[in-house]
Amino acid sequence: MLNPTRVLLAVALVALIAFPLTGGGIFYIQLLTKVMILAIFAMSLDLLVGYTGLVSLGHAAFYGLAAYTLVIVQPGYDPMSILISLPAALAVCAIFALVTGALVLRTRGIYFIMVTLAFAQMVYFVFHDTPLGGGSDGVFINARPLVGWDEWRLLDLNDRTTLYFVVMALMVGVYLLLRRILDSNFGRALQGIRVNEHRMRAIGFPVFRYQLGAYVLAGVLAGLAGYLSALQFLFVNPEIISWHQSGAVLMMLILGGMGTLSGPIVGAFVFVLLEEFFKDDTVFGAFAKHWQLMMGGLIVLVACFLPRGLIGLVQRRRELGEAKHDG
Amino acid sequence: MDLVASILIQLLNGVQYGLLLFLVAAGLTLIFGIMGVINLAHGSFYMLGAYMAWYFATMSGSLLAAILIAIPLAVALGLALEWLLIRHFYERDHLYQVLLTFGLILIFEETRSLLWGDDVQGISIPAALNYSIPLTDTLSYPVYRLMMSAVCLLIALAMYLLIQRTRIGMMVRAGAHNREMTEAMGINIRLLFALVFAVGVALAAFAGMLASPISSVYPGMGNQVLIICFVVVVIGGIGSVHGALVAALLIGLAETFGQVFLPQIAGMVVYLLMAAVLVFRPQGLFRKT
Repeated sequence: MLNPTRVLLAVALVALIAFPLTGGGIFYIQLLTKVMILAIFAMSLDLLVGYTGLVSLGHAAFYGLAAYTLVIVQPGYDPMSILISLPAALAVCAIFALVTGALVLRTRGIYFIMVTLAFAQMVYFVFHDTPLGGGSDGVFINARPLVGWDEWRLLDLNDRTTLYFVVMALMVGVYLLLRRILDSNFGRALQGIRVNEHRMRAIGFPVFRYQLGAYVLAGVLAGLAGYLSALQFLFVNPEIISWHQSGAVLMMLILGGMGTLSGPIVGAFVFVLLEEFFKDDTVFGAFAKHWQLMMGGLIVLVACFLPRGLIGLVQRRRELGEAKHDG
Repeated sequence: MDLVASILIQLLNGVQYGLLLFLVAAGLTLIFGIMGVINLAHGSFYMLGAYMAWYFATMSGSLLAAILIAIPLAVALGLALEWLLIRHFYERDHLYQVLLTFGLILIFEETRSLLWGDDVQGISIPAALNYSIPLTDTLSYPVYRLMMSAVCLLIALAMYLLIQRTRIGMMVRAGAHNREMTEAMGINIRLLFALVFAVGVALAAFAGMLASPISSVYPGMGNQVLIICFVVVVIGGIGSVHGALVAALLIGLAETFGQVFLPQIAGMVVYLLMAAVLVFRPQGLFRKT
């Protein structure tokens, strides 16, 4: 039967494609580009939290590492091919995930939350306290990477509409990739581990290796989001690694609905739009300066009353409807 | 001679910093260990304590008076929070506890901003304690810091006696060991949890008050402390108060001496220490498996 969530998602995708063609303003094109980058970020976290049952509070580390890799790989004024800087950024994330993953996966539950946070904080201090990436003030990137080689160009990422479509394609690509992975034996094993780790181990699954695989994959995809973010704004500062960022992406995930792939996408959209709304001083006047108070209140309310997120609301109505149908 | 004295000064500073961390981490580890709640907002209580101390001390002119006013307020805040929110999250997944307390951090920071603004504030050290003990011709050590360490040690001792030697302490230990069984024995676990939470809040706030004259009072000051205290709890072992004490001293000394001898990587020393502990004892130094 037609899944209403997917129908909604398809409609939303068509609307997203149509938006720049209808002459949507530059401001909104940039805002939506940012939202779609965050959607990739939130989906990557969902692989850990929603599907593997590992609650990470340090996911911003990968986002920031990839962004800073772009800064370090391409220091001068000349743009460099994306074929160099993107693989470098993803490789850095993969290596960091492999090393820290081997350590954090020795812990469970509350420990895991605290240890992931602590490692992210370590990365934060590396970029905050050392001149490696401009220190606490952050650093500008002088040119957007080239899509092409030598004289040949495939796309011009300086064009905002082009960047919008590239990011959209990547978001859809990540969605399809994760969908495919989750339907594979590897993905099913991860979901089994979330439900009952001991049983999976008893059946003979190498739980640690599967979890490490998920951790590395999630780190690399988060790195993709961080790289795109640096590429969009041409500016990076340590705050993108701060635990506020890790908390915010967790909030997006739960707001949308974890354990579903459309949830994080919906969550990223709603979270950023709400943030813009709370910050809007035409609505809230001088109080808009204290938008975090409203955001905090919202987060508390979601934690209390909306554990399955917005997607959960849609699904529950459908389940209720089906139950009525059967009865 | 100067070398010995300066090492002694760093040693005293490290112990004092570690004992301060212990006050925050002790509440954190008890709340983890007994109630199974991860509380990210614990650092906010440290921040609120420091701001309350600054606010009341400026009003009354005495830090001691400020502390006496602020501690009951901190206890009341702890009880109210536990009753309103935390209590409903004991049985929920850690994920939602993270989300709830993350939201609380934003609320506390903005409330602080509304009440007291975003400026960095400072309190002067009380006159009675504002002198230094000379160590050599040029070096001396401030009495206020010694007093801080002494107060923290007294609290650690009081906690030890309370937990190991009294009936309430017995219930706390039983609750940390096996919640359901303790409840089945007829212990009022809800009241016990509320008390532990309120004491944890008060300890963190008190640490902020003690620290306010030597570190300035500034927005976000709790976050830094919170994350270091997470490391303390991880190293010491969840639920272990004496583990927290040893780990806090270890971290305090590592950070202080790190800043002297390895200033380039001082920020990372603490995390490297944590990584090392995770390799050899992932359950922490003092947690029985």
